[in-house]
Amino acid sequence: MSSNPEKPTTEAKPEEKTTPPKPAPKPAAKPEEKPVELPAFEKGILDKLVEKFGDKVEVDFVKEDRIGIKTSKDNVHDVAQFIRDDLHYDHAESVSGVDFPADNEIEVVYHLGSYTESSLAKQILTLSTRAPRESNPIPGQDSTKLPSLRDVFYSVEFGEREVFEMLGVFFDGHPDNRRLLLPEDWADLPPLRKDFAIKGR
Amino acid sequence: MTDIMPPGLALKKVDERIMTLNVGPQHPGSGHMRIVVQIDGDYIVACDPDPGYVHRGEEKMAEYRNYITNVPHLERPVIHDSCNILYPYVLGAEEILGIEVPERAKYVRVICSELNRCIYTMYWLAIYGIFLGHSTMFMWPAGDRELLIDLMEKVSGARVTHAHFIPGGVRNDLPANFEDVCLRQVNYFEKRIKEYAAVFYDNPILISRTRDTGVLSRENAIRYGTTGSVLRASGVDYDLRVKAPYDVYDELDVHTNVMKEGDSYARSKVPWLDMIESCNIIRQALQKMPKSGSVRAKLKPNPKTKGPATVYKRVESGRGSLGCYIVSDGKPEPYRVKMSVPSFRNLLALPNLLIGEKLGNMPSVYWSLNYWPVEADR
Repeated sequence: MSSNPEKPTTEAKPEEKTTPPKPAPKPAAKPEEKPVELPAFEKGILDKLVEKFGDKVEVDFVKEDRIGIKTSKDNVHDVAQFIRDDLHYDHAESVSGVDFPADNEIEVVYHLGSYTESSLAKQILTLSTRAPRESNPIPGQDSTKLPSLRDVFYSVEFGEREVFEMLGVFFDGHPDNRRLLLPEDWADLPPLRKDFAIKGR
Repeated sequence: MTDIMPPGLALKKVDERIMTLNVGPQHPGSGHMRIVVQIDGDYIVACDPDPGYVHRGEEKMAEYRNYITNVPHLERPVIHDSCNILYPYVLGAEEILGIEVPERAKYVRVICSELNRCIYTMYWLAIYGIFLGHSTMFMWPAGDRELLIDLMEKVSGARVTHAHFIPGGVRNDLPANFEDVCLRQVNYFEKRIKEYAAVFYDNPILISRTRDTGVLSRENAIRYGTTGSVLRASGVDYDLRVKAPYDVYDELDVHTNVMKEGDSYARSKVPWLDMIESCNIIRQALQKMPKSGSVRAKLKPNPKTKGPATVYKRVESGRGSLGCYIVSDGKPEPYRVKMSVPSFRNLLALPNLLIGEKLGNMPSVYWSLNYWPVEADR
């Protein structure tokens, strides 16, 4: 498994124009041009977030029952607090880490839901943020760090411990940053990083 | 205590009264779910769950196989509930591959999912019985479970790991005459489990060991993000089959069982009530199911994805909400598969329930969390 999958190179295309450029084909109907019908309820939640944080949050996707927002590691704690207090999402369903070696970053994704607010029962809010990634990780000692959301959402406690040992993302402010799952003598790379390969593959 | 300590060993000076105990592992072969408790006399003062080391590779392995070939191995964490643990993955893979599921397949899935919920819950109930030293409650569910296992064997050919749900529907259609056999078995099964109330749930010994032990308040159940029977036993009315229905659950009439107490007794009774509800759902689904039609969309062995996408799907299993987060980069293999499992989520409540309890109540509290040890470490 190579650690850096080749990035699509866009610039190195020699411009050899032998034939005259064809007139651009005119699309008869442009389906993309039509404004996409956003689900109203999800749009309402999203507008509140964007109104509060402006360009600090980036809209990832809006689809039925799902909203995705991205934010930087400096703002993630404030955004999470707003989501809990003003939008009434009260628990985290899962904490997932995704390794992106091509971008040199590790993404941590929180899936937030609500038990108390009945109108939010179908909704999942996806809050994602990214930490810098080191090619020679020393879990807990290097720059792969994020602020912990444990004081906002208590339910992320075990999830963040899992991401710490599986991807090496240290959560600043987590009260219990210990190993949870792997053997005590594990000394290899964090196993869910892309450069950790399964034997024989 | 001497001053000379081995280097690297940070021994704390411990109160002489406190004793550390390793309870478990619960499974002799593999060593999962050990609970390190500290007791003061008879009372638990600290608790640290150690979910163990059994599979620990499902999510990684899923990155090496395509969306179809991931099916047989992603069900391994909970083999007794294999239809349900696959369910969110299959729903997510369908969205990524852009597959439409035939109507009949959705009903077959609901029936298999409910049968699996009962099979799992019977196994759990049997172990809960033997944890409390109630050997009748071990033998009755273990025997009655066979009725439903036979049904699933007729459907899928396998007794435990069915690999029956695939992206695009289910692997095989129901066998001939299945509706009649299923209805008969389920009716008998429901009559049979209702007898458990007399021998188990009304049993004064059971009540004295489970009432008011390990009480989880409604606020804490929400705060810890618990799910499934643990959440509903604490008075939160939340069942994904009702609140966020998938497949054909919105066409069926599903009742959510909620209890207010939040103690071990309530947590052990909600799954049993759910089994009776499952029988109702199966009967409704058998009645509403289209009598003929395809159960599987046409699929290539290595189907193409629609491009980069992320999907999060969740279903309600026997233990609670199962979620599956799939990241696709457009390749035939998923880029990342994350399973969010109820046992792992409910585990967070365990230390908070045990602290302050007597050590003797530990089995009844621990197993009432509907915890499936292998699931917590995918």
